Amino acid sequence: MTVPDLGPLWLTLHLAGIVTAVLLVIGTPIAWWLAFTRSRLKPVVEALTALPLVLPPTVLGFYLLILFSPRSAVGGAWLDLTGTTLTFSFLGLVIGSVIYSLPFTVQPLQAAFEGLGRGPLESAAMLRAGPFDRFRSVVLPLSARGFLTASVLTFAHTLGEFGVVLMLGGNIPGRTKVISIAIYEHVETINYADAHILSAGLLVFSFLVLLLVYSVNRRFPVAVG
Amino acid sequence: MLRPLTLGIALCLATTTARADEALIAVAANFAGAVEAIGAQFTKDTGHTLLITTGSTGKLYAQIAEGAPFAVMLSADAKTPARIEAEGLGVAGSSFTYAIGQLSLYSSDPDRIGTDAKAALTAADTLFIAIANPDLAPYGIAAQEVMQALGVWDAVQPKIVMGENIGQAFSMVDTGAAQVGFVATSAIHENAGKGGHLDIPQDMFTPIRQDAVLLLPGADNPAAIAFMDYLKGDTAKAIAQTHGYGTE
Amino acid sequence: MLEVDIRLDFGAFSLQVRQGFAGSGVTAIFGRSGSGKSTLLRIIAGLEGRAAGRVAMDNAVWQDSGQLMPPERRGVGYVFQDTRLFPHLTVRGNLDFALTRARGLGGPGLEDVVQALDLGPLLARRTTALSGGEKQRVAIARALLTAPKILLMDEPLAALDDARKAEILPYLERLRDTGRVPILYVSHSMAEVTRLAQQIVVLSAGRVLRAGPAADLLADPDSVTLFGVREAGAILTARVAGQEADGLTRLDTSAGPLLLPRVDVPVGTALRIRIHAQDVILSRNRPEGLSALNILPATITALRFGDGPGAMVQLRAGNDLLLARITRRSAAALELAEGIPVFAILKSVAVAQADVGAATAENG
Repeated sequence: MTVPDLGPLWLTLHLAGIVTAVLLVIGTPIAWWLAFTRSRLKPVVEALTALPLVLPPTVLGFYLLILFSPRSAVGGAWLDLTGTTLTFSFLGLVIGSVIYSLPFTVQPLQAAFEGLGRGPLESAAMLRAGPFDRFRSVVLPLSARGFLTASVLTFAHTLGEFGVVLMLGGNIPGRTKVISIAIYEHVETINYADAHILSAGLLVFSFLVLLLVYSVNRRFPVAVG
Repeated sequence: MLRPLTLGIALCLATTTARADEALIAVAANFAGAVEAIGAQFTKDTGHTLLITTGSTGKLYAQIAEGAPFAVMLSADAKTPARIEAEGLGVAGSSFTYAIGQLSLYSSDPDRIGTDAKAALTAADTLFIAIANPDLAPYGIAAQEVMQALGVWDAVQPKIVMGENIGQAFSMVDTGAAQVGFVATSAIHENAGKGGHLDIPQDMFTPIRQDAVLLLPGADNPAAIAFMDYLKGDTAKAIAQTHGYGTE
Repeated sequence: MLEVDIRLDFGAFSLQVRQGFAGSGVTAIFGRSGSGKSTLLRIIAGLEGRAAGRVAMDNAVWQDSGQLMPPERRGVGYVFQDTRLFPHLTVRGNLDFALTRARGLGGPGLEDVVQALDLGPLLARRTTALSGGEKQRVAIARALLTAPKILLMDEPLAALDDARKAEILPYLERLRDTGRVPILYVSHSMAEVTRLAQQIVVLSAGRVLRAGPAADLLADPDSVTLFGVREAGAILTARVAGQEADGLTRLDTSAGPLLLPRVDVPVGTALRIRIHAQDVILSRNRPEGLSALNILPATITALRFGDGPGAMVQLRAGNDLLLARITRRSAAALELAEGIPVFAILKSVAVAQADVGAATAENG
């Protein structure tokens, strides 16, 4: 039995890693705002961030395909500015995956921040800690579990992504051919042996990552009221 | 006096129920539109009803291999029905070509293609050419063969993007994400009036034979057997042609 | 000197305070639950962004017409009722948190604070492993280490039992007497207020009802309704003269000698003693054959009658003003009136340990 092409595996890991990093950066302020705002817009923003949960990924992929197409305003502007397209590109996949996995980052973080409450923040402010200081020295350690959950869920969710990539990717080896597409193709061409190898590999890898992460998680304190 | 009447009615009812059978048909996605039309006419002509499931050939095969109760399979290729027969999943000798796939070069921009396929493919502002994945669909192999015949295959490699099936390749072109693409002519017939296309002559690529096969669950099903025959008939062939397919 | 002129409307509740607070000593903010005292404290700290008005401390304007200085820049020390120690840090870690952010600001050193609040044995402990009293001491220490210009304390003893309260009150007294930092002390406990406060501000339904020196306010019969009739009691200042062999302590007051159950402090210590109005008996003549040991000559300075059968009498005993709660019937029977000399009788055992506290140099 020959070893199937592992290129899609590395590409997928690369995609999942970048998407997780991007989402931690943009998801944290969104989750923060949702946790502490008293604005009337809160339900609207909550619904929007949760939308990718209920939207079939193929639908999202399809609308992104139209949006990014050089024929549309957005895709056309991008082409003029950069000379490349967002369709059939790794960057396009990153953007699509970021939208698709958004709730998996925002919701655990929002829950963690809500669990934290204003108490520790006010306490820190009265000890002369400014906003970034408070975030770094109080919020991060006390919501470490939330960040861990958000990272793991987002990473795992992106690993398994299929529908969005299917519409938006164009199946280009090394650029957009992710592991779920590769497995799909092995099944379609009745190449079950390779499908099994890739699937099992992905399963074992995911499990090991989760195991490692949750073992480390036990050392983090849980915030007490 | 009443007895002949009731006997006659009973006879009619008996023959009617004996005649009206139902068959579960698995159809390759690209033939979905045509098979709907053929099936409707079939029911009118014979009284049998068809329950149609469409999907990708690979998926349908997997289901059949795991015992799905399909009576007939209409594949997008000839390879899969041959395999089905060889593996004993279908009735030996029952497979035949029910349609021949036609290939067209298509663009959602009506002015892009004109009459010169080579020019459209190699144009500088043609950023992406969509085809079906040759590993998965004979339409993809055909597209590759055409580009090789035109001598542009190596040159356009960076522009090739692949859909998982011919339908997906079509949506890539239709949305404008790919400027041109090789699609099933049948897809163009269903989207009449949009964009521009060029039908590719059959001699530029290996014919895309789409075969049908009678599956084991349908071996004794009168509706299934009748449908297999119907497909070989002129009515069915005419409908297939109006949907953009060739026939034997 | 802290100047506050603020207004906050929050649904049905409305807080409106225009008050200056002393720049030294303990000012108690007293009121029932829901009177707005915690909210006032939070506004002074800068934790309530929705309040309108002006807050200024000495030369620094902390809030004025829409401009709000964030709390971390005000130099306000805050002790929360629920302590709010950081669970992910040890006691030492919590103290360091404050210390590292107050470098160079001239605040107390770590050793001084640890010693003052006896935190030595606790330093390595996780905050989750502390008792209520220990947590509160750490919270106070942490607030002090920020080198605050003013210390705000929001009912710091409310969540503690009597034994813990008794344990911490001496620390607070020491804080008051040795610290250079004014303290605003929110409480609904008359015992704490009487023990600690030099100034009292009474808040009710979001408004300041009365404000003034503690001794005066507590001895004012008209203020009794603010504090509750049962809680009425004034301050008697005394100095420890000697310890008796039978376990009593002899004290000197400006009205005469006083005997109390053992007060364990050195001879010469100045004390402030809370005398509950309902524990004071009045007599026209010096009584004899009574079990009560303390008989102090005094003069009636005011008499107040309420709707019920009670009467509140204000007396001057030496330099102090006291309150006595008796019945209207007795007041009439004894023909009590302003100016009449009487004797105030007090049982030694009526004075609880918690009612005896350290006096300050100024007004005791």
